[in-house]
Amino acid sequence: MSNNELNSPGYEIPEELEGKVAITTLDKIYNFGRRSSVWPMMFGLACCAIEMIAAQAARYDMARFGMEVMRPSPRQADMMLVAGTVTKKMIPAIVRLYNQMAEPKYVVAMGACASGGGPFKEGYNVVAGIDKFLPVDVYIPGCPPTPQALVAGMIKLQEKIDKQSISQVRWYKKGADTVETPIPFLGPDLIDPRHIPEIKAKAAELAALAAAASETVA
Amino acid sequence: MYGYGKGILKGLGVTLKRFVESYLEDLNWIGKKYSAEKTAFHSSKNQRGTFTIEYPEQKLPTPEEFRFVPFLVYDEGESGKKEIRCTSCGICAKACPPQCIWIVRTTDPSTGRPVPQPAEFYIDADICMNCGFCAEYCPFDAIKMDHDYEIASYGRNLLNKERLMKSASYYASIRPLNNAREVEARRAKEAAKAAKAG
Amino acid sequence: MTTPVVEAINLAEKFPGKVTADARPGYSGWIISKENLVEVATFIRDEMGYDALTNLCAIDYLEQKMMEVTYQVFKTTGGPVLTFKAQAERVDPIEIPSVVSVWPGAELQEREAYDLYGIRFVGHPDLRRILMWEGFDGYPMRRDWKEAFYEEDAKPLKSRWPEGKHKLAETRATFGDNVAFKPGFDPDKWIPSDPEELLYATLKNYKSEVKDGIKTDHVVVNMGPQHPSTHGVFRAVAVLDGEIVVSIKPVMGYLHRNHEKIGERNTWLQNIPYTDRLDYFNSMYNAWSYALAVEKMMGITVPERAEYIRVIMGELSRIQNHLILFGMLWNDLGSYFTPALYAFEERELILDIFEAVSGSRMMCNYYRFGGVVRDIDEASMKKIKELVFDRLPGKIEEIDRLLSENEIFVSRMKGVGYLSPEDSIAYSVTGPNLRAAGVPYDIRRADPYGIYDRFEFDIPVRHNSDLLDRYHLRMDEIHQSLRILQQALKQITEGPVLAGKPQYTHRVPVGEAYGRVEAPKGELGYYVVSNGKGNPYRYHIRTPSFVNITSMEKMCVGTKIADFVAILGMVDIVLGELDR
Ligand code: SF4
Ligand code: SF4
Ligand code: SF4
Repeated sequence: MSNNELNSPGYEIPEELEGKVAITTLDKIYNFGRRSSVWPMMFGLACCAIEMIAAQAARYDMARFGMEVMRPSPRQADMMLVAGTVTKKMIPAIVRLYNQMAEPKYVVAMGACASGGGPFKEGYNVVAGIDKFLPVDVYIPGCPPTPQALVAGMIKLQEKIDKQSISQVRWYKKGADTVETPIPFLGPDLIDPRHIPEIKAKAAELAALAAAASETVA
Repeated sequence: MYGYGKGILKGLGVTLKRFVESYLEDLNWIGKKYSAEKTAFHSSKNQRGTFTIEYPEQKLPTPEEFRFVPFLVYDEGESGKKEIRCTSCGICAKACPPQCIWIVRTTDPSTGRPVPQPAEFYIDADICMNCGFCAEYCPFDAIKMDHDYEIASYGRNLLNKERLMKSASYYASIRPLNNAREVEARRAKEAAKAAKAG
Repeated sequence: MTTPVVEAINLAEKFPGKVTADARPGYSGWIISKENLVEVATFIRDEMGYDALTNLCAIDYLEQKMMEVTYQVFKTTGGPVLTFKAQAERVDPIEIPSVVSVWPGAELQEREAYDLYGIRFVGHPDLRRILMWEGFDGYPMRRDWKEAFYEEDAKPLKSRWPEGKHKLAETRATFGDNVAFKPGFDPDKWIPSDPEELLYATLKNYKSEVKDGIKTDHVVVNMGPQHPSTHGVFRAVAVLDGEIVVSIKPVMGYLHRNHEKIGERNTWLQNIPYTDRLDYFNSMYNAWSYALAVEKMMGITVPERAEYIRVIMGELSRIQNHLILFGMLWNDLGSYFTPALYAFEERELILDIFEAVSGSRMMCNYYRFGGVVRDIDEASMKKIKELVFDRLPGKIEEIDRLLSENEIFVSRMKGVGYLSPEDSIAYSVTGPNLRAAGVPYDIRRADPYGIYDRFEFDIPVRHNSDLLDRYHLRMDEIHQSLRILQQALKQITEGPVLAGKPQYTHRVPVGEAYGRVEAPKGELGYYVVSNGKGNPYRYHIRTPSFVNITSMEKMCVGTKIADFVAILGMVDIVLGELDR
């Protein structure tokens, strides 16, 4: 890393110390540390995961970005690369894994499916986009994105990390943002605990309509 | 057991050879680390040594037929006016498997008749499966598959008409052979038409 | 191509009143009254020699108020499939006798039909939902069941053109998302039933006992759906006695993407890019059998050159598939990533060709009815030749040297995961694993499609039916694929690659068809039914991963749990295909 990247301007360094000390801000050093060692979680859902593996393999080699250490345990991972179609049956596990990840943590939606449902959006077992449950940092369109597109997305993530500041990031703030995502559960259909009141109201409304309809028939 | 471990050694021999090769091979490319030549060599049958393409400094060439998200082609008319080729015939929207194309046809407000131009054109890139059917069946060469894959973003990607429009010269640059073929076909058609009229 | 021939034995005469010939136009085979299904099925197996069941699927004839189950069976000695059906009135409870007692390979397929259509298979040993979860409301594949994002019965949808105002599906759905609940449903009052209870109840032999004054317990271990060795979102639940597997059950559906439901809405052509996403390692092979089935119904002949191109692409894809299997298998055995890296190198070079020819590395979308979409350009042809003649033989040899004799590898693989040839057939195992058990069954020879009958190649067979043989068999297959490729590249002639004009709508005559090919993982079949409209009435995919996993329990019981990982790896599943 070149001197200029870390050195933040605005401070004068005495001549005799030039080249010996580096003055930087906490943010810069913090961001540098994070951007250079984003460990992804070893976690593949569907076709996109194969391109993710290809990107990890020799030809594209994500190790050049410090991203080669795929961790099977969420506790050791910094980034969740959601690579593939998210299904209703799988989403409780995904949310649980995300909650178990230590902060700072990032989510990258790889491919059309993870970004917004993809070609299977209309299916009855498909969640139309992981951003319904998790805060997504980078969206990578494509079906599947080529490994190079994936690496381009990773660079985008690094750019985002570079712009962050300790005082601003989500996870050091008090309040609603740091609350874990409630884990959805499987009832007659997928139930998102955050939407229970709406579901209840809508279902009651439907029941009332049905009752009214049957009355008019009678 | 006699000879136990021979198989492992044999296998390790392979890895050792590869290991040494990767350093020797690198010597051939000193100063040409990111060159197109090296990329080509590494995708050929003679590839040996390091296999890595150091994206983004070095990029794999995109083959002509490569398809990513579609775009709409416009011709540059006089005074740089963008003349979109699409006639909003709707064939691409009908052929699209996940049905991620939305087209609003333009109507002439005075007559109420449709004008061959899309008023709105949307492609939901978060549904698009990059299948290429739209480009394959468009009768006006108006929608084509893009080569630009570096479009990761911080939000969802619903592409509207403005985002989708790219110039015919850009198209000619990414797909020269296809473009030449299509230009020729259009010219032949024009000529046939003229001959008929004349 | 599969033409259900008229058998020498006329079943209708043999079983008067119990069996009738299927006389609907475009259909073939026999209709067996459901009361006599097991009896006739046993006859078909024992007397007629159809020892393996390949496909079993349900069809909902809503207008005829009838549910039908179709069976395709084959002889492991070769020949086309035999089709027969059982029908039931479409009034719940719909009951049809189970054929698991005749062909154990029907187990998971019957569970699937139960899950998606609500057909109860009487006599099934373990009838639970399989792809959806226990407690899911409704049987989603029924024709009158609509999902939350449902718009119209058939594509193209009217809302896209000419007044195609973009509207997210979420804004249309009743509950603002891809979910639907019954009127009056109250999430607070809903009592969560333990969805796992039924599953654990089926695990046999779970017990705790006191031995020498020490209380010992069997342990239940869950692997997956997020687990580094399950090759995707597959889950297995095992009961262990120490390290020994006592009982193991697959749990799936974590990648159930509703291919079939979407496929019935798609036009015939629109299904082709979807097939790419089944076995995403082999998109060049997947559409082949779908194209076969549809081409058969439409009566199209594929031009010569296109047939060659199909073979070339298909065999390249097979090589690449087996290489990845080796790499990933070593991962499972603990040799982290070196063999996988080597395998991926060759795969990348093959994918370069796919990308140049079809436009995408993985989702090739290359087949069309009556051929392929575009010819192989000269540069790619040159590259294919270079790979096939110059590079791949040497590289395969290198991988062979790297792996095959490694003592650790051999001792981990030898004698593990045995499945007898009889069991392999009974459990409907197809593909390399069947051939490793000594059964020389390969559809390319047994029921030739395309132009495979023109090439000289052997069907490799091994006899020990353990992991090591399955590995060697695949190595042999790669060599045979290279042989086929070398012949094909020498023989290929110039000519058109697509019969007729490119078109995006197709008229497919009324009827049914079953297309089957020998995909790298086993038999891949499509059962399609047309009612003469622009989209299939029924679109069923019989995938090798799904059917082959039926035998998993048989192979794993008695082995160590660490070997389970290798056994699973050798079944060669891919989740896109397993869950569809
Ligand atoms: S975006 Fe495409 S390639 Fe990726 S998981 Fe979805 S269907 Fe598969
Ligand atoms: S892009 Fe082509 S196919 Fe689509 S509406 Fe325009 S002219 Fe028709
Ligand atoms: S590439 Fe395929 S999915 Fe994408 S817009 Fe075109 S037809 Fe639709």
